[in-house]
Amino acid sequence: MSQHYDPTKDISPSAAYPEVTFHQHHDDKSFYRRVKRTTIILSIVTVVELLIGLLIYKLFLNGTPSPAFILFLKGVVCILTLAKAYYIVAVFMHLGDEIRNFILTIVVPLLLFIWFIIAFLSDGNSYKNLRNTYDKHHEETTMPQPHTPPAAEQPQK
Amino acid sequence: MAHEATVNTHRTKWWSGGKSPFNIEYGKVMMWYFLMSDAFTFGAFLISYGTIRFSHNYWPDPNVVFNAFPGAGHANLPLAFVSVMTFILIISSVTMVLAVHAGHNRDKKGVEKWLIWTIIGGLAFLSCQAWEWHHLITGEHATLIDGKIELIGQTTKRNPWGELVAGQEVVAALQNTDTHVLAKLVEEHHLSTQTHAELMKAPKEQLIQLLSSSSDFHVRKPGPVAFGGFFYEITGFHGFHVFSGVIINIIMLLMTRANVFERKGHYLMIEKAGLYWHFVDLVWVFVFLCFYLI
Repeated sequence: MSQHYDPTKDISPSAAYPEVTFHQHHDDKSFYRRVKRTTIILSIVTVVELLIGLLIYKLFLNGTPSPAFILFLKGVVCILTLAKAYYIVAVFMHLGDEIRNFILTIVVPLLLFIWFIIAFLSDGNSYKNLRNTYDKHHEETTMPQPHTPPAAEQPQK
Repeated sequence: MAHEATVNTHRTKWWSGGKSPFNIEYGKVMMWYFLMSDAFTFGAFLISYGTIRFSHNYWPDPNVVFNAFPGAGHANLPLAFVSVMTFILIISSVTMVLAVHAGHNRDKKGVEKWLIWTIIGGLAFLSCQAWEWHHLITGEHATLIDGKIELIGQTTKRNPWGELVAGQEVVAALQNTDTHVLAKLVEEHHLSTQTHAELMKAPKEQLIQLLSSSSDFHVRKPGPVAFGGFFYEITGFHGFHVFSGVIINIIMLLMTRANVFERKGHYLMIEKAGLYWHFVDLVWVFVFLCFYLI
């Protein structure tokens, strides 16, 4: 195979950028199939997220659900969102088609988010606990009361 | 042998200049790095929202806050409108992918067609957001403030989405409330066929009776003030990105029409605009998660 580059014979989009030697070639058919598949996946995941959101709403409407179960449902929604983000970035933004070194320069810095999320959310939680411990008035006035929500009044609907 | 040697030097000197080590055009690399920094900005906003939310004992339920739909009046439709907004953005992302692909094929007509659809999607999203903001700010929700009921909307200073007030407290609060607020509430909940002016003349006891016997009438305490600030800040900043994305797409459309890319021989600029547009969709996925779903 020849490594010689002849700009006069290059009709590719990057002819104006001869330093770029690697092209993503998708034939039309496989491209449309891929976009269609991704669109369907994104739509289905969104619908599932909405259904879980509504399920959480219904659970609270009919009484006090177990906090662990609600946390589990919210965790599932978070994971589904990450899946959506993956498909948008890898397929729509074509990051999955770039060379590995480039992908890493984007993805590795974003790993900082793992630490950010853990650190700041636990900071907020710790502030709440400290305040509840040392400011009883705050705790009494802001802690949700375990009242029986509209459940008793709702059946009329 | 000699040929192999040249190939080897060719491969080892990635950073010696003359070619892109990442095999991407410079502008696209920089767009990616800009988007990465923008991701950190949005991430910082969303994480600070999470921190404040975690530091509160009570936080409003999104299904209670976002339950309105244009033209549906007071119907309780949690998550309905925001799912419309989400689908608008997903579809406009798909049309942008098709515009970029048409650019790869140097199909000018295709680029124009799909860019127009993307712009329409962006404008539709912005209109939805404008309606939603308007609805939240001008909404009138019965809120217990200083022992009486006031009608307030969601602003950066006030939040009407606190806990529900129990029945006996509501009756006491109704006693302290202005007649004109009571008349408004009776009218809004369709508890009487009388007009506002007639209700204003009716005895206060009658209005209180009507309201306290209704099962649809709820009063809430004021909720955490930070809710409004974060909501308007983050959705506003995202909306600003959508707005600038629409402007960029309009410029791309005009440049395509003016044959700028045809003369250059490539449509790489559409690709960069596309990256920005997909990023807007990507951020919405997370805004949707943090504000509406969990």
